[in-house]
Order: sequence, then C-alpha cells, then structure tokens
Amino acid sequence: MMEKMIFGRYVPAESILHRMDPRSKLIIVFLFVCVVFLANNLWTYAILTIYTFLMAGLSKIPPRFLIGGLKPVLWLVLFTFFLHLFLTKEGELIFELGWLKIYEGGLRQGIFISMRFFLLILVTSLLTLTTTPIEITDGLEHLMGPLKRLKFPVHELALMMSISLRFIPTLMQETDKIMKAQTARGVEYTSGPVKDRLKAIVPLLIPLFISSFKRAEELAVAMEARGYRGGEGRTKYRQLHWAAADTLMILLLAAVTVLLILFRG
Amino acid sequence: MDISLKNVEYRYQNNTPFERLAISDVSINIESGQYLAIIGHTGSGKSTVLQHLNALLKPTKGTVWIGNREIRAGRKEKNLKEVRQKVGIVFQFPEHQLFEETVEKDICFGPQNFGVSEEEAKRRAKEAIKQVGLHEEILSKSPFDLSGGQMRRVAIAGVLAMEPECIVLDEPTAGLDPRGRKEIMDLFYRLHRENHVATVLVTHSMEDAARYADEIVIMHKGRVQKKGTPYEIFSVPEDLLELGLDVPEVVRFQLKLEKAFNVKFGKICLTAEELTDAVADYLRGGTPK
Amino acid sequence: MGKPLVVLDNVSYQYDSQEDFALKNVSMKVYEGEWLAIVGHNGSGKSTLAKLLNGLQFPTEGSISINGITLSEDTVWDVRRQVGMVFQNPDNQFVGTTVQDDVAFGLENNGVPAKVMGERVVDALSRVNMESFLDQEPHHLSGGQKQRVAIAGVLALRPSIIILDEATSMLDPRGREEVIETIMKLQQEESITVISITHDLEEAARANRILVLNKGEIYREGTPEEIFQMDEELVRLGLDIPFPVKMSKQLSEKGVVLSKYYLTEEELVAELWTSHSKM
Repeated sequence: MMEKMIFGRYVPAESILHRMDPRSKLIIVFLFVCVVFLANNLWTYAILTIYTFLMAGLSKIPPRFLIGGLKPVLWLVLFTFFLHLFLTKEGELIFELGWLKIYEGGLRQGIFISMRFFLLILVTSLLTLTTTPIEITDGLEHLMGPLKRLKFPVHELALMMSISLRFIPTLMQETDKIMKAQTARGVEYTSGPVKDRLKAIVPLLIPLFISSFKRAEELAVAMEARGYRGGEGRTKYRQLHWAAADTLMILLLAAVTVLLILFRG
Repeated sequence: MDISLKNVEYRYQNNTPFERLAISDVSINIESGQYLAIIGHTGSGKSTVLQHLNALLKPTKGTVWIGNREIRAGRKEKNLKEVRQKVGIVFQFPEHQLFEETVEKDICFGPQNFGVSEEEAKRRAKEAIKQVGLHEEILSKSPFDLSGGQMRRVAIAGVLAMEPECIVLDEPTAGLDPRGRKEIMDLFYRLHRENHVATVLVTHSMEDAARYADEIVIMHKGRVQKKGTPYEIFSVPEDLLELGLDVPEVVRFQLKLEKAFNVKFGKICLTAEELTDAVADYLRGGTPK
Repeated sequence: MGKPLVVLDNVSYQYDSQEDFALKNVSMKVYEGEWLAIVGHNGSGKSTLAKLLNGLQFPTEGSISINGITLSEDTVWDVRRQVGMVFQNPDNQFVGTTVQDDVAFGLENNGVPAKVMGERVVDALSRVNMESFLDQEPHHLSGGQKQRVAIAGVLALRPSIIILDEATSMLDPRGREEVIETIMKLQQEESITVISITHDLEEAARANRILVLNKGEIYREGTPEEIFQMDEELVRLGLDIPFPVKMSKQLSEKGVVLSKYYLTEEELVAELWTSHSKM
C-alpha cells in the first residue's frame, strides 16, 4: 500500500557525480540555489540550462528516472507558470480572450520563473539521486563541524539523521503490515467517507507509536551494549576524500557564476 | 464457503522501475472445513498468496473466488468488507495490531466494524477470551499491561470474535516458547474440528504441517511446486530436500533408519507413535509391514 | 575446563514495579572456551540474567565478576568491551545504514582508528560468511543474515564472551540453522566463550553445558545428556524434549532395549543397528 514512492531515491551508477565527495556536492547545490537568482534574461537562463543539463548528463542517470522523479513536482512548475502568465500585467498586450489578458511581460516572467523552479528541482534531485542519504549525512556533519565549538550537537544530529534513514524502510514495512492487519479487521483505508477514513488512522497510529517506542528502547540498549556513549572519543569509519574533480567542479560553477554576472541584463 | 485462486499472478509495485514478480500461475482451492498448510522458504510467495485470501491484495492476473464473490485482475473492487468478515487473518506477531484501551474494546473492534451490535460484540469477546485460554478478568485490562504471550492470545481472540468461516494463520507461533506454541496450535485445531472452521496455515514447521493439515501446498519461487496430503508430500522426501526444505523429524529419522538397516518400512510415518510401532514391529519380526 | 571467566555469586534481581524477584540467589560460573546454554520458558528470568551480564542492569543483591573485573558502574564500559551481546530482534539492533557501517559501529564507539577499522570489519564479516554483503542495506537482508551481521559486529570488538539473548527465536528454520552453525564454528575453531539464552532445545543440545532456569532460580545444571534425561519434567517447565530423546523413550516403552536416551539421531540409529540388526 505504500510502495509507489520513487521520488528522490538514490540510484546507483558509475559516474563522476557518484564518485564526488558529498561535501563538494552539497557546497555546489547550496551555491547553485543562490546563483540561480542572478539569471534575468535569455542568455543567463540559457547558460544555467546548459550547466544543469551537462550535470544531468554527467550523472549517467537514465532519463526516465529523472523524469519519473520530477513528475510529482511538474504540476507545481506548471502552476507557477500560469500564475505569472495571468497575473503579471507588464509590457505589450499579446493575447486577449474576453476577460483573459496575457501580456508580454507575463509570458516572460512565467517562463523564467518556472524555468528557475525547474532547474532548482533538477539540481537538488541530482544530489539525492547520486548521493546515498548516509553520504549526505556525513557531508553535512563535516561541513557543520565548526559549529561543534559553539556547543551545537552536530554529532548527535547526524546520528539521529542516519538512524532515521536506516529505519524509514522498516517503518514503511511496519505501516503496511498494520494497515493490512486492521483492514482484515474491517477498517477501510482506501474507500468510504472521509470521516471514517480519518477515524481509521487511530488503529494505525497507536500500534505504530507503540512499536516505534519499543524499537527505540531496544535500539538504545543495543547501542549501549556495543559501547556507545556519545560523540566524544569516537572515530569515524567513513572517511571523506576530496579529489581534484571536486575542486574542478566547484571551479566550473564559479566560472558559470562569472558568466552569469557578465551576461545579466 | 470455498476459496479458490485461479492462475493468479501478483507483481509488487506494478508498472514502476521497482516492479517485482511475487507469484505467478498460482491455483489453489480451499474447501469449506478443510485444513490446508502452505509451506515454503521465506520469499517463496507464501505471504503473497495469503493476502489474496481476503482480498488484501488483488491479483495482477487471474481470478480469486471467495465464496461467491469474484475478484478479478484489472477491475475496481468495492465493498470488500463482507469478504473480510468471512476470512479472518492472524498475521505474524498479531500482538502488534492491538491499540485499544482495554482488551474487551480491542476484541470488539473487528466485529463492530462489520456491523455487529455492541452487546453482541461484548458477548463474543467473552466467548473468544475463553477460547484462547485467558480469564474473563483480563477483558478490563489494558492490552499493553499483559505479557507477550497474553497479548498474542488477545489478538487472536480479536480475530475469532469476527466469527469467520475461514481462518488464515501466518506463522501464528513465531517467537513463543514450546509450551505456548503447542497451546496455540491445539487451540486452532480444536476450533477446526469442533466448529468446522476452514483453516489455512502458513508455516515453516514441517511438524505442524504434518500433524494438523489434511492438505499441503508447497510454494517455491512464486509457484505452486506440489500439492497433496501429508502422506503424499512426505513420502517423497527427496523432492522437499531438493528444494532445501526440511522434512518432519520423524520422517528424517525414519529415512536414516531405513538407510542403516537397508530396508523400507513400506509407508512414511508422520508421528513418533506410528514410527515407534513400525520400528518395534520390524525389530520383533524382522520384516516390515 | 578452562578458568572461570564469569562468576555470579548469589545474584538476585528485582524490577522496581514487581513484587517477585526476577532472579533469586543465582550462583554460577562460565568457563573459558565453553558453550553454556541457559534455558527456561518465557518469563523464567533468563533475559534478566543476560542484561545483568552486560551491565545493562545491576544486581539488587550479590556480585558478578567478568574476567576478574567486578561489575559496577565504574567498570561497566571495560566489561562491555569483553562481553558482546546479540539480541532477539534482528531489526532493532542494526544501527548502521549498511552492513559494513553496522559492523563498524562498535569500533567507532571504542575509538578504533579508521585505518585499522576497514580490515577488522572485513575480517569479522568473513568469519560469519557475510563478506560479500558489505554495502547491503538491512531491509534487503534476511533475519538470519542480520543476526550474523550482529555477530560480526560483536566479533570485530574481539570480546572474550558472546552472549546470545534468544538470538534465534525470531528466525525461520534456515536462519536459525545459519546462526547456530556460525556460533558452533566460532566456539569450536576460535574457542570463543558462548552463553546462549534460549528456549530452542535444538540449540541448547549443541552446547557443552545447560542451565535450566525456572521462576528466577537455577533448577538444574548439567550436560545436555543429563538435562534431557529429565524428560517429562522439562515439559512441565514449559520446555520440550528433543526428538531423538522422545523417540528413545517411546521405543523403550515398546520393549526395545536401549542403554540410554540418545541426544542425536545418529547415535540412536547406531545403537538400534548394532544391537538389533543381527536378530
């Protein structure tokens, strides 16, 4: 019943993007999110689009995965497009049908903003498609390392994240199992009036909570038995390796940024 | 009420990149009042078959008949409640489905979902709690204050109170100690004998399959590998061993004996008692019956 | 027998919320290199005992010493390094997102340098035959495989004792067999001391020594042969009798003369063959 989620899943492949250090990928995505807002005309959007498609190509992810992953958000992109198309009243009037008036400025805004949206989603999903969640966690833990001095619980947060990631599939299986058990006892999850379906959540949530608490308790005991006592004195199994490719990729984005500044109107 | 699967296929995550074939071309017939055991390795498709028995899963190909209700691939099915009331499923670790404040409310939950009045549900709860060997006093307790074994029994009582015509058991004794295991298995067997409830047992235990079932289905890699009475199934133990499945201890021991003495006892014994007699006779007379 | 590794002296334990003692005056020794099975029905106190041995709980009365160290709040972390534990639920002890991360977890906790870790992870996994699953995620593993990873996680820390707390009770027959085989190999070839807490008699039958717990007290102690002569008494304690013993007994009752109740099918077949085939 909960098996159709494919958005943002990691897809293994042999590519330069897969091999990159998660830190550099995170930095690039962060920078890209800022840089996108520099674009404001045809040229600059063209540069960004070429850059994004280049990255998508480098990832060696089959296009159907990329498209499949983007589908659920495509509606949002379209919605943004029409919102700007109908609501922006700038420039020449280029189309009129009764009360519906479309201006040149609206069309341009609509295309640019939805394009921006689309590129942002594509780049961020490239990150999750080419980086395992645990690598992202490791990358974040390293990047946020300096915050430890400010007593920010970086290690604890990273551990929490990795344990949640580890248990997502387990919890999904559990949810599925309890839903089926209650369905067999006459609960309707997929049809019937909304009121009944809302009521049906209780027999699902309570067992889930109870089993999660039990899991958490047992997990804590198991962790303690295996010598876990906080971040201090702990070593890290996964070592991150910053390679020449990582530096190059960051430089590439820097070059794109320079171009954007030069060509922006 | 009969249940039958006709050429059923099921694919998980059908039409996605993660599609996986779980069972194909499965045909099984469960007659009313029968005790059927389904055996096979983890991943052989047993659990998928089980979920078709009350339309928790709908086939991606083929047809399932539950009584006079037909569930066919590719068709929207509505009002499955009626079907679900007739076929009760006891899932593996059923205690995980408990959620109400009191044991009584939890047992009444199923029946009331199927439109049984509160009074009637309470009457059934009282009866069911006795059937599973617990005291009536427990009805007013919170299910979460009980021991693991008691919780399991309460969950089972919740399914019994639905008064299904067919009861499906998925490894109902997993994790219990030997005494608990025997009590639970005997409980279902009694129900089967006395109330003629059709029973489907999905299990890893060849001993249970041999002892209780009158028909056995062996699943392997999503297909029905073999069907037959326990005698038919276990008298060709080679077939099971080839699939990496066990045979009951009794059968295994008989095979070892037959090999050592270089004789055949003539038939396969399914209980220790039978085998003891066969061995004693053989040792006394020197010739197998 | 080797030197005593674990010594329990008059240990009792009482849970806060309960009147009865979960364990009462338990005294026992576990010797280096042996496999001790602790059996009892659910609620006999055997899991409490497991938790005490690893300092997850402390005795209400009495003392426990492990490898010469008396267990207390101060020594608990030293003791945990000596005592590895495998729990019942394969899912709820798998911390890492992949097999290798999980095995490394204990090493990370103990500050083992990253360079050494890789080697020890692979070594531990190969001892349980899981070295080809390094990058596998837990939800793609069977229960038996997860338990073997848990054993590897324990082995990587090079403990002197492994405790299995009903580690096979949630597994299918194949998984159970995998885990028992692994433990047998480790105990026999690497002389690791094993304490297995179980109600599975097939598992207990493979141990060197069995301790029967009932209502928090030691009911009987002996070799598997001695314990299984108890017969109906075991059934009364909520346990079972292994099949060969059951068979031996029924045969004797039918007048087939046997010198004793056998623990393995092979031995029983052998006796039947030697004493009766020439009739």
